[in-house]
Amino acid sequence: MIAEIGHFALVLALCVAVVQAVIPLVGAKRGMGSWMAVAGPASALQFLLIAIAFGALTNAYVTSDFSVMNVAQNSHTDKPMLYKVAGVWSNHEGSLLLWITILALFGYAVTLFGRNLPPGLKSRALAVQAMISVGFLLFILLTSNPFARLEPPPVNGNGLNPMLQDPGLAFHPPFLYLGYVGFSMAFSFAIAALLEGRVDAAWARWVRPWTLAAWVFLTCGIVLGSWWAYYTLGWGGWWYWDPVENASFMPWLAGTALLHSTVVVEKRDALKSWTILLAIVAFGFSLLGTFLVRSGVLTSVHAFATDPARGVFILMLLVLAVGGSFILYAMRAPAMKMGGLFAPVSREGALLLNNVLMATGAATVLLGTLYPLIADALNLGKVSVGPPFFNAVFLPLMAPMVMVMAVAPMMAWKRGDLAGVLDRLKFVAAAALAAGVLVWFLQGGSAGPWWTGAGFALATWLSLGTLIDLAERIRLFQAPAEALGRAIRLPRSAWGMVLAHFGVAVFIVGLTASAAWTTEHIQSQKLGETVMVGGFGVTLKSVEDVPGPNYTASRATFDISRDGESVGVMQPEKRTYRMPPRPTTTAAIRSGMTGDLYVVIGDADPKGGYVTRLYFNPCIPWLWAGGALLVIGGLVSLADRRHRVGAPARAAERRVAA
Amino acid sequence: MSPALFSPHSEPRSVSKGRPAFGIPVLAMLLALASPALAVNPDEMMKDPAQEHRARELGKDLRCLVCQNQSIDDSDADLAKDLRVIVRERIGAGDTDDMVRKFVVDRYGDYVLLKPPFKGTTLVLWLGPFALFVGALAVVFGFYRRRRTATIQPPPPPLSADERRRLDALLKESGK
Repeated sequence: MIAEIGHFALVLALCVAVVQAVIPLVGAKRGMGSWMAVAGPASALQFLLIAIAFGALTNAYVTSDFSVMNVAQNSHTDKPMLYKVAGVWSNHEGSLLLWITILALFGYAVTLFGRNLPPGLKSRALAVQAMISVGFLLFILLTSNPFARLEPPPVNGNGLNPMLQDPGLAFHPPFLYLGYVGFSMAFSFAIAALLEGRVDAAWARWVRPWTLAAWVFLTCGIVLGSWWAYYTLGWGGWWYWDPVENASFMPWLAGTALLHSTVVVEKRDALKSWTILLAIVAFGFSLLGTFLVRSGVLTSVHAFATDPARGVFILMLLVLAVGGSFILYAMRAPAMKMGGLFAPVSREGALLLNNVLMATGAATVLLGTLYPLIADALNLGKVSVGPPFFNAVFLPLMAPMVMVMAVAPMMAWKRGDLAGVLDRLKFVAAAALAAGVLVWFLQGGSAGPWWTGAGFALATWLSLGTLIDLAERIRLFQAPAEALGRAIRLPRSAWGMVLAHFGVAVFIVGLTASAAWTTEHIQSQKLGETVMVGGFGVTLKSVEDVPGPNYTASRATFDISRDGESVGVMQPEKRTYRMPPRPTTTAAIRSGMTGDLYVVIGDADPKGGYVTRLYFNPCIPWLWAGGALLVIGGLVSLADRRHRVGAPARAAERRVAA
Repeated sequence: MSPALFSPHSEPRSVSKGRPAFGIPVLAMLLALASPALAVNPDEMMKDPAQEHRARELGKDLRCLVCQNQSIDDSDADLAKDLRVIVRERIGAGDTDDMVRKFVVDRYGDYVLLKPPFKGTTLVLWLGPFALFVGALAVVFGFYRRRRTATIQPPPPPLSADERRRLDALLKESGK
């Protein structure tokens, strides 16, 4: 019964979304206030209905209602409660419902926080938001009903893939979707602005915080996913340039570009039409990502053929949304007024260069991801595009960007003084060079890869450059006594920028070190035998069977010593789940500033030992620290008073008062 | 993606046991690929660490043909194991890295290389990113130029005789 309520709520939500997509738009066109006012209550009602549907599915999972097919296929009574709830989005139908729920939440947020928005802009944006809703509600109702019943219901469910039975499942997909769908906000407002034919600072002041919020969520989702892969996969990798990963990385790149170009729109009233285009592209990439993952066209051509309805439907949705937006853009953007002027060498110019590099990066990832498909379609033969390609092409594009990242914040708006900025950075350049050379010698010259020196030099350049910029802003060297006061009064958005840029530098250290200097020892290890890994002595003490809630683990105990002294115990597990009967590994990780000791236990060896995989992954925690700094920087910037929602109205009032 | 693929009873089509096709986002798919009988095993490794290191470096760039975008080093599929053994046999026989790579490509085609070779059919792939970058810079350059010409306004036409008379009159008036 509850499942049917959920299904019915989705149908009602579709009706409401259709109304919300049409009436406010007509109202805005004809200037009818009452028609425009429909958008607000409609978005609230839509969210309520979709939340009911989401609640109904969650209820079916929590109560293990196996008469619902989706639950029977993906759940089991033995599963811990956390994975019953997270199991809701562990599958196609449920994750789509999560997507739609978040979309409706964002729509409702416009109504909730957007009281001060110009009514025309608001009603148009809500109408666009509702159009996206209509598309996805039709998709779920016509091809992917999560509430389909099973007759007769099975005694128990098939269970969840053990690989997914991890706290990561509870957090990674929701954050990722909050990011993906969050870009719909920028998209809806971009389309609304095109319909109105006007982009002003009030527009940017609304779009900027929401883009920032979406970016924070997406960053968080990607970092969590990488971390999850790192500790679960059992050999210390954290990024694979897999199509599905690329699907999340492309919107991130476009979103990062958008984040920086909205700054220019807000502060300088320039780059307006480019920003609109980026907003469309960022959400377009989100839709493309959804298409690539949902249709299975990349992971397996056969999966596409087994259920063509879904793939074709979402492809049509993609073509309609992105194609329609581009046509509208081509028609309306040229008429948009040119904004503030700036010289190529200026803060705006540097941000534009950032945008060019980010956009090229996103296009590169897109090309590499789709190329096997394109080559296949054009009969150019079967091609594989894997990590070695992306590393060879994408990373060189990012190097100049990191160089610009240290320079740009020091540049003045409108017309900058490049020679002056470089003069202020000359010690930083020297330090970067020294760091690169030092690292090169420490690794024993050509005993390590050639690019380690470059990586550390870039990280030093960016981190010190960012700190120098901060020191100058608070006049640390000129007036140290007042520096603290200045630091406190520095706008939070400036602090956010400093934290995030510094985070990128920290990230580069982790990336370079872990890619270059990971050590690996794979062997058959007997009980009592010691293997030296990264300066640690790793001794296998015992292996015993330990029962878990829905699995049996064989747990190994390793003694870890350093310079002959015991520093602790590590206990990796190999688990065998009961339902579905599948094995997983749980690595034991000992983290430190210099890196992670990573220990995995494998099968018993006929000769009386156990296969053990022992790794030392240098500087891996720096990756997570860098990612965390990006997220914290985003949050701090979001806390800036000027970014708070409602600020447009205050600015407008002030203008009236003046 | 069909829900059947989630069912543990159905064998994923065309996909090795190493990496089932999967429906939840991003890394979840990757998580599904790993199983503890992980990839390179001690019994297949070469005695000489330097040779084993070469084998690992080569293995990173070779694709497990029945998996999705996985290198033979990361896959536990039987075919990946066969390829790992072949690579080590060739190294043991004294082949250089290029000879080993050629040996494998001759038998399995370019598809086996995770880094596609630079040739006619991959020209777009390899040069595309740089062409895009140069193209984008050209667009930005054009934007700056248009800007500059748009801001330099043509000089106003000289005053007509009538206007000059009125100006003189005004100046004379204010001069009083």
